[in-house]
Amino acid sequence: MTLLLDVQNLVVEFGPVRNPVRVVNGISFTVQAGESVGIVGESGSGKSMTALSILRLVNEPPARVSGKVLFQGRDLMQIPKRDMPAVRGKEIGMIFQEPMSSLNPVMTIGDQIDEAIFLHEDLSKAARRQRVIDLLRLVGMPDPENRLSAYPDQFSGGMRQRVMAAMAMACNPKLLIADEPTTALDVTIQAQVLAMMLDIRTRLNSAILLITHDLGVVAEICDRVVVMYAGHIMEDAGVHELFANARHPYTQGLLKSVPTLNDTRKRLHQIPGTVPPAGTIKQGCPFRPRCPMRMDRCAVEMPPLVAHGPAHRAACWATQPEGVA
Amino acid sequence: MAKYLFLRLLDAIPTVFLVLTLVFVAMRILPGDPALAVLGANADGGQLEAFREKMGLNDPLWLQYLNFLWDAVRLDFGNSLMNDQPISRMIANNLPHTIYLTLLSVLLGLSMGIPLGVIAARNRNRPPDSALRIYSLMGYAIPDFYLAAILLVVFSLNLGWFPINGEGEGFWDGLHHLILPALTLALLKSAFLGRLTRTSLLEVLGRDYIRTARAKGAQEGRVVFHHGLRNAMLPLSTGIGISILATLSGSVAVELVFNRPGIGRLLIDAITERDYPVIQAGVMMFAFFVILVNLAMDVVYLIVDPRIRIKS
Repeated sequence: MTLLLDVQNLVVEFGPVRNPVRVVNGISFTVQAGESVGIVGESGSGKSMTALSILRLVNEPPARVSGKVLFQGRDLMQIPKRDMPAVRGKEIGMIFQEPMSSLNPVMTIGDQIDEAIFLHEDLSKAARRQRVIDLLRLVGMPDPENRLSAYPDQFSGGMRQRVMAAMAMACNPKLLIADEPTTALDVTIQAQVLAMMLDIRTRLNSAILLITHDLGVVAEICDRVVVMYAGHIMEDAGVHELFANARHPYTQGLLKSVPTLNDTRKRLHQIPGTVPPAGTIKQGCPFRPRCPMRMDRCAVEMPPLVAHGPAHRAACWATQPEGVA
Repeated sequence: MAKYLFLRLLDAIPTVFLVLTLVFVAMRILPGDPALAVLGANADGGQLEAFREKMGLNDPLWLQYLNFLWDAVRLDFGNSLMNDQPISRMIANNLPHTIYLTLLSVLLGLSMGIPLGVIAARNRNRPPDSALRIYSLMGYAIPDFYLAAILLVVFSLNLGWFPINGEGEGFWDGLHHLILPALTLALLKSAFLGRLTRTSLLEVLGRDYIRTARAKGAQEGRVVFHHGLRNAMLPLSTGIGISILATLSGSVAVELVFNRPGIGRLLIDAITERDYPVIQAGVMMFAFFVILVNLAMDVVYLIVDPRIRIKS
């Protein structure tokens, strides 16, 4: 396996420099070539900011972003801003959460997908048109030749998400970032879009970084899961390992909250309380107020991510293996 | 699409009718006797009566109204009371000058206003943005006749770059005479359009599809112009329409200050001379112009917003 993306100590903060509000709190994770990694967390966990930071799409100012984003060994945070467009869409494609508002309403979908190719590749108009049609076919758009001149408003949410995916895949990126690609869609359409992403993945062998709050989606698509809470990585493990052997009380709570078909429980499990507003917990573990296993130490020090086995890390004082300090 | 345009055209017919009726009523309820106004206090009863008969003022009101409508449909506005010229010819002589003034001032206003707005939006809350804010406030605050006078004094009288008044002869001389009056209106328009461009563009640049364009790998310039401005044209085109209409009220003052021929000038002269038929025709011309611009704007919407095309 080759290392594709190596995010090190990524920080996204807002507000005054002396007293910043950190929405992403020095996180580190990796994505191997061809691997599919899920970042899971509730709203406000910083997962979308993480995704946007990789492509440097966070508005600075007001935000301040620091850390390293090594993509194929090159730190994207260090390259000149004007060189970022060459990376976006070409090396790393991105699908956004809101298919209804993420497409330009005054451009035909053919032109919008074409633009993604035109910006990066020196192809004739006819060749680009053929590529657009192939892409639309790849994402499961029926009758692609005749849909090129249609506008986004003529499509349903699911179809628009396919257009988004076609756009993101236009230049065969090595990494596809999908920020909640199915959240705004009906359940039946969600399944179709997930099937489409799996299909794309097997055909093009791109790595996928999937941002979601839905563990079901993760189970279907991902090889590995990163669990985020309040800007911190709480746990990071292979998908089977995580579902079978979660080491962080937050992950355990999340897993218990997922309903299953042969459930005999009267009430679904819920994690008490809500995600703290960004920046309100400056010391110790941010999950502490909602944690069933909290200890005195949790209020003082944020637990580090420590190994719980091969390729399994968790940040919790209560469950951390003996002898790790 | 053709259906949409046809419906818009049908929409305009009652408006034209309403305007004609309003003009008719307004002219009839104005205080004073037109005959007396025209012939003066020294005219005797017989002269007044003959004038009324000639102008059809003794006919029953409904007949006057029908005659008025019929004349208007044939674009026959009668003769001027002052010089007895056919009013249609007076309009034909004056209208082109107002159209030139409108076209050039709109063109200049757009070519100044839109770039100013883009620069301000790209530099939000930084000095260029503040500069545009001050410029716009000044543009809103300065009356057109005052700005016209200032430009006249500075560029014509003091610097001597432009002629002081008149319309000039031939294309280049005409243009030379046209620049300062057009610039007066264009400066005021650019203040309004600059502000509007800034607001519309900032609103659009915050949209999700702009982020998508960046994520595709579009450079900033392409993002702003190709995706941003293209979408900002939707609210902006309404503003451009309003701004074209504002030329009308502006042309009255500017044509007067620069002593140019034009519909505004014609109207002012007619009002001072109490030339009722000319006032009537001038007001109608203005009303038709408004209707025409609105129709044109409907066509523009059709071009800039595919969603209207899809629906119709």
